[in-house]
Amino acid sequence: MSRISMEQVKHVAHLARLAITEEEAKQFQHQLDQMISFAEQLNELDTDQVNPTSHVLDMKNVMREDVAKPGLPVEEVVKNAPDSKEGYIRVPSIIE
Amino acid sequence: MSLFEQKVSELHERLHKKEISVTDLVNESYKRIGEVEGKVKAFLTLDEENARTQAKILDDQLVNGGNEGALFGMPIGVKDNIVTKNLRTTCASKILENFDPIYDATVVQKLQKAETVTIGKLNMDEFAMGSSNENSAYQATRNPWNTDYVPGGSSGGSAASVASGEVLFSLGSDTGGSIRQPAAYCGVVGLKPTYGRVSRYGLVAFASSLDQIGPVTRTVEDNAYLLEAISGVDPMDSTSANLDVPNFVNSLTGDVRGLKIAVPKEYLGEGVGEEARNSVLEALKVLEGLGAEWEEVSLPHSKYALAAYYLLSSSEASANLSRFDGVRFGHRTDNAETLIEMYKQTRAEGFGDEVKRRIMLGTFSLSSGYYDAYYKKAQKVRTLIKRDFEDVFEKYDLIVGPTTPTPAFKIGEKMDDPLTMYANDILTIPVNLAGVPGISVPCGFGANGLPLGLQMIGKHFDESTIYRAAHAFEQATDFHKQFPKL
Repeated sequence: MSRISMEQVKHVAHLARLAITEEEAKQFQHQLDQMISFAEQLNELDTDQVNPTSHVLDMKNVMREDVAKPGLPVEEVVKNAPDSKEGYIRVPSIIE
Repeated sequence: MSLFEQKVSELHERLHKKEISVTDLVNESYKRIGEVEGKVKAFLTLDEENARTQAKILDDQLVNGGNEGALFGMPIGVKDNIVTKNLRTTCASKILENFDPIYDATVVQKLQKAETVTIGKLNMDEFAMGSSNENSAYQATRNPWNTDYVPGGSSGGSAASVASGEVLFSLGSDTGGSIRQPAAYCGVVGLKPTYGRVSRYGLVAFASSLDQIGPVTRTVEDNAYLLEAISGVDPMDSTSANLDVPNFVNSLTGDVRGLKIAVPKEYLGEGVGEEARNSVLEALKVLEGLGAEWEEVSLPHSKYALAAYYLLSSSEASANLSRFDGVRFGHRTDNAETLIEMYKQTRAEGFGDEVKRRIMLGTFSLSSGYYDAYYKKAQKVRTLIKRDFEDVFEKYDLIVGPTTPTPAFKIGEKMDDPLTMYANDILTIPVNLAGVPGISVPCGFGANGLPLGLQMIGKHFDESTIYRAAHAFEQATDFHKQFPKL
């Protein structure tokens, strides 16, 4: 019995903006359950007094001078866009 | 004998004596590619026309030259997650099949300044997620020592192309072992620099707090030359370290007398094969013979590294890969009416199974209600793993162990079970979590005739000590003088 429901799998896929079939949902349910069970071995460790590490180097905010510089040319920027017109990138309608 | 059986320094001298030309070096690359690429399948894109033009320009320069840098004219391969202007960069993914970058990664700009010649772009596991190159959307690269076996991953193309003599050296990237593991499997030298040593600008991000670009070479000396060329602070990567770049080649003194080596018992224990263990014990004898001292130590949280790594790297990946949405670059589906359908369908069509699996795991562990239990917990365990290394490095100069638990496995052998596949990386992952540098150098062969790697791990920003020890070991052994027969 998986501890992750099909509804949860579908919710996560929606958050990840990933279309999945019913078949894939079942597969992810199984694999996510496996990986999460594996990850739960971390609960053997008492980490109440431990700070999380998000970055290994002792760095604070890295600042630089705010200097205006030319950006990339528009024609270059849209070169790789699947659909563009007159320097704009075109997408399906975003307002219903 | 292939020109690429010689070192960078030897080829450099021969260029200056006009015994060979840059065109000869580039010809050697494409000739060898013509002979063996059908078997090895290391390249996704070749840049032959530009490379030949570049070789001519450099040869003209050489006529009146004399001040060329160490890497002048040397043919290099670049992993396909490092962007190259006007040279297709796919990350071995269908979602970037026709992606034509509009700028060069900082490391590529540095290579241009060093006047190397780019031969082509190298295969990898899709978005660097994998340990075998079987996750490439295009082709499975083969191990040059036996083409039924995997070259390792994710920088499998980087290691296989060097081992088979298609290029003199290459660049790879390492998030959990992706340079060191394929280097071990293919019998070449691969280094993951300290986090922050090399700019990540233009490296397509997988897990930003772990990723580093590094050199794959045939010898330790070549590795030191290449790392020196690509290192340094970069205004375009605020996580690059503002430190002077040492002259790494100067550290290759051959002298390791008094060097204090720590050997973690966890790296020779459960899950590590007999062959890997014995090759390390033999290597320690060699180092002892050269005057180094070693003792057994403990990195007590090692066994938790794999679980912490998969939560953290997948979480970071799920955020980083959100940029592939079919809007600004890459594949876009033809089968969607609305914007949100367009995103979902584009990503479903463009990403392979392993990438989807990690995006799902990462999205799950970052989602509301699970963040503290999974993501934050893993970050705390990361602190414990980092402390393990700090404790050992208070007393020792270097940590030594195997790079991988076994030599390379057969193609197809581990594809059905993600967790077994992930277990290949148990000895390399802690290094990325701690941010310290690590190298793999050849140290033997398994019964299947495939190479084994010795891993040496150093303190933050102390690649010099790693190079010194790895070079001394290499010079005392002859593993680097053996070549696969293709």
